[in-house]
Amino acid sequence: MTDPVGMSLAKVREVLGCEVLVAPPGWESVRVEAGCGADLMSDVLAFIKGGSLLLTGLTNAQTVRTAEVADVRAVICVRSKRPDASAVSLAQELGLPLLATPLPMFEACGRLHEAGLRGCTEVPAGGARGNELHQGV
Amino acid sequence: MSFTREFEIVGGDFASAGRVSTEIKAMLRGIGYPPDVIRRTAIASYEAEMNTVMYARRGSVRLGLEPGVIHLVFADEGPGIPDIGLAMQEGFSTATDEMRERGFGAGMGLPNIQRNADRLEITSEVGRGTRLDITVLTDEEAGR
Repeated sequence: MTDPVGMSLAKVREVLGCEVLVAPPGWESVRVEAGCGADLMSDVLAFIKGGSLLLTGLTNAQTVRTAEVADVRAVICVRSKRPDASAVSLAQELGLPLLATPLPMFEACGRLHEAGLRGCTEVPAGGARGNELHQGV
Repeated sequence: MSFTREFEIVGGDFASAGRVSTEIKAMLRGIGYPPDVIRRTAIASYEAEMNTVMYARRGSVRLGLEPGVIHLVFADEGPGIPDIGLAMQEGFSTATDEMRERGFGAGMGLPNIQRNADRLEITSEVGRGTRLDITVLTDEEAGR
């Protein structure tokens, strides 16, 4: 069943069997509006919608930093990968929910989509546009 | 009314990479800019900051706020960009394995900055460094 306003992190945890690594107050009721699976942070910065959930196999601090910059609401580490200590402490500092699922990327994304979470191209458009470039030497 | 503030960026310091952009984002949020403006500015800033950390010995960013406009000027001491047109192509990259392990170096940085800015000016001298002038318009009517 499609949920028009996304999915709560409590539901995400249930669907993916997540372990909760960083749990800011009220994290369970945080709602994610779309999902994105990526290991390349530049792809995340280019394509993810604000308010999304990021699933990734990249577990260093840049993942958390990227999530914060791009208005990502939570990060799921796939295949039970353990984030670096620097990633955990940065997520705590920034108040970003950080979870881990034993599922590999494809299955984790598939189960969330099946449960009703949309992809970033399936939710209303917003964000970036192309613009003029000026070069000099 | 205008406001400027300068931040230092240390080349190769991956542990702190992104801290400046997080700080800029928090400042813009505190001032009360529209969320889309804050997000576009933060993404452009973060990509430019990562480029500085990954490629340059050192660099700085000057944040300038004027009515209707946010300016970010990144200036670094680094290798420079021999062919800016090539560097602007999505997928073109000169990244090392370490950069890729951090999730960057996919050849998306400069195109991402352009995509999120309202104006981007790149000036570079090989062997000396690179300067990015990034402009984001803050009036919602002028936005996307």
